[in-house]
Amino acid sequence: MAKAADSGAAIAIELIGVDKSFGAVHANKHVNLQVQRGVIHGIVGENGAGKSTLMSILYGFYEADAGEIRINGEPVRIRSSREAISHGIGMVHQHFMLVPPLSVLENVMLGAEGGPLLARGAAATRRELARLAREYALEVDPDAIVGDLSVGLQQRVEILKALVRGAEILVLDEPTAVLTPSEADQLFDMLRVLKSQNKTILFITHKLREIMSLTDRVSVMRRGEMVATLETARTSPPELADAMVGRKVILKVDKGEAHPGKVVLEARGVTVRDDRGVVRVDNVSFSLREGEILGVAGVAGNGQSELLEALAGIRPLTAGEIWIDGAQRPAALQNPQGMRKLGVGHVPEDRHRVGLVMPFEACESAMLGFHRDPVYGAGFFFDRSAIVADEAAKMEAFDIRPRAPLLKTANFSGGNQQKIVLAREIERNPKVILVGQPTRGVDIGAIEFIHKRIVAMRDAGKAVLLVSVELDEIFALSDRILVLCAGRVTGERRPDETDAQDLGLLMAGVGERAA
Amino acid sequence: MSSPLKPLPVWADVALIPLLNVAAAFLISGLVVLAIGEDPIEAVRLLIVGALGDLEGIGFTLYYATSFIFTGLAVAVCFHAGLFNIGVEGQAYVAGLGAALACLTLGFLPGYTLVVVAILAAAVFGAAFAAIPGYLQAKRDSHIVITTIMFNYIASALMGYLLVNVLRVPGQMNAETRQFPPGGIVPQFHVLLKPLGIVWPDTPFNLSFLLALVCAAGVWALIWRTRLGFEIRTVGANASAAVYGGISPARVTIITTLLSGALSGGLAVNIILGEEHRLILEYTAGFGFVGIAVALMGRAHPVGIILAAILFGMLYQGGAELAFDKPKISRDMIIVIQGLVVLFAGALEHLFRRPVATLLARRTAHPPI
Repeated sequence: MAKAADSGAAIAIELIGVDKSFGAVHANKHVNLQVQRGVIHGIVGENGAGKSTLMSILYGFYEADAGEIRINGEPVRIRSSREAISHGIGMVHQHFMLVPPLSVLENVMLGAEGGPLLARGAAATRRELARLAREYALEVDPDAIVGDLSVGLQQRVEILKALVRGAEILVLDEPTAVLTPSEADQLFDMLRVLKSQNKTILFITHKLREIMSLTDRVSVMRRGEMVATLETARTSPPELADAMVGRKVILKVDKGEAHPGKVVLEARGVTVRDDRGVVRVDNVSFSLREGEILGVAGVAGNGQSELLEALAGIRPLTAGEIWIDGAQRPAALQNPQGMRKLGVGHVPEDRHRVGLVMPFEACESAMLGFHRDPVYGAGFFFDRSAIVADEAAKMEAFDIRPRAPLLKTANFSGGNQQKIVLAREIERNPKVILVGQPTRGVDIGAIEFIHKRIVAMRDAGKAVLLVSVELDEIFALSDRILVLCAGRVTGERRPDETDAQDLGLLMAGVGERAA
Repeated sequence: MSSPLKPLPVWADVALIPLLNVAAAFLISGLVVLAIGEDPIEAVRLLIVGALGDLEGIGFTLYYATSFIFTGLAVAVCFHAGLFNIGVEGQAYVAGLGAALACLTLGFLPGYTLVVVAILAAAVFGAAFAAIPGYLQAKRDSHIVITTIMFNYIASALMGYLLVNVLRVPGQMNAETRQFPPGGIVPQFHVLLKPLGIVWPDTPFNLSFLLALVCAAGVWALIWRTRLGFEIRTVGANASAAVYGGISPARVTIITTLLSGALSGGLAVNIILGEEHRLILEYTAGFGFVGIAVALMGRAHPVGIILAAILFGMLYQGGAELAFDKPKISRDMIIVIQGLVVLFAGALEHLFRRPVATLLARRTAHPPI
């Protein structure tokens, strides 16, 4: 049964038919993957393509519903990270699993102390760190406090943690997301040294530039499927972008010519920092006219969410202005309630976390944001019958099933939950409607319905801003497409003068900056 | 990795699970009774007879229950906003100061207007003392659990100082105020019923009980039938959705803690205005903390809180009788049972959830929608 005789082509990891679903979401669909020992193997795909789920299965965070994992040819079952480590798999997480107030040595030892008394384990770990520093040029002062180290060095500690535990296979999940460009270059040098020592490296990213400069082979995931595995030297960024984004049959939406009117919403140099002070939206300007749908395309996590939240008044602007109907948005109305007053509706990207309150009755979720409106009761008390009747009417108009205004929001399917949100926002007849990921986790029938409604809004002279990571959706609905990458606008296109490949390159930021 | 829990039917959630939790608490308590060499069945019999065996027992049971309804409601209102107010004990203590100051300084008010003013003063003082942790939570992100625990000590120290050094009747040894004037007293039922020819034994059971029921109804209406209640529940269930909906979590946090503090003032109304008729040192005697157990057991719903409060009232009254009849079982036994109820109804709330869910799932062939 000796499967791997020739070490040159030995397979370190083999996944056969790995399948994983979370409820209705099919995160991994019969994924097959072979990774040769001693190579750097990249895995690319958009966010939500299933890369992280696959790696979590490999590291024992989840167990696959079906399929087999083989490590060095041996079928194994990995039920915990401890078992993954015992099979020589080490993981470097995007968010470090380090204890900042402890020293490097203590962090590396954590969970592998080798007994109740620390002295012996500490001495052994210290020797091991010295050896690794010699062999792999991975030098870190063992007595430095981790919290004082730069992010790049902290990542090095994560790698050392895996190596000290005897990892032969290193999995790095979006390792450059937190690094500066020069730190990323150092990381790449480090990984090349590890490779030269016959370690196997799985490198997950959605940045094509990193794949091209670092990996030997690359596998592309799309919508939970492994769609291609290629030799990096024999592929090109456009080919990869194409595979990532896919050439799916474009959804047909019956929609006539747009008749754009006057500008109703204008963003001028909008800049947004997140809670940690990182710039997420960088000097974005655009204008939105009534009677048109402006699609915002981009790989998830490139500032679309923050842009949407800033426009909806949830997130404060760091710089820039928002103009509505030719007047700058007054400071007093820079909040969700103010935007509603100005006639801006908002279908948030995340209906579970933001758009709805899951334990509430549907009719209660259906008045979130409008609950102060006197139609729901003139005085201090609500008029329950008005609330229920209002939602019953919306359920009829939007074919929300079941027609049960008193049912808990959580008990509706994803598509019907989304319709509750859409009905709430659309029936208020806003001038502008901001729509985020309208069909995420929604079944086909509801997708068609939702798309028709969005087009109907446009035809009724409303201005629609559509943020979606589904390129099909962007193509099917938009009259103009804005592409965001790393918070900046990398291009604006008309749907009839572009294609998925062109947009894919803009989304990946290829050609935007040579480095 | 375990599969996510299936939702339980409403009746199982509000009735069966709490019942199982209480049953488990009593089962363990029974083992403790057994361990100290007494017969648990006999102990339960004495406890129930002591609590409900005659009108006197019932009077005391309902008097204690009144206190627990107020403190349970105070904790529950905060639960709905996702806040854990552990400071009801201290808030009620300071509320007692409000009631006492009103009674001691406004004795000139005619008839029962004094007691109305005293009740309002209790609510205002309780709310004011809760306002500080509420503000710190809303604006400074200081966790309300920590601040309210600390504020209990502040209340205790402040009231101790005032009672010993300021409010004590000169020449008296006891750290307590003088008696309130008659207009500042909430009438007891045995006094009220006498002119009607109904003889009720002399118990501290007083009109505050009706006020507690009114408050329970009010809390229900507030939480489920008003805009403010909607905002409180939204903040508690999903703060991101609240922000999206134009609700300020900070504002709701402050208002909710004010309401909670005002409700805790009910404890002063029942004990200080209804029974003691003077402010005494440490009058709260842990009733504020029991409110946490009551709110947990009652699942933060007013009806559940009334039922849980009556159960705890029975434990207090029956427990006193039990300790009298069985010297081996001290009153501390009641604290053990309380602790076990908190353990099972609060900390181990989900202990029976999975078995019940699996059992029910096996019995119902089709899932609910």
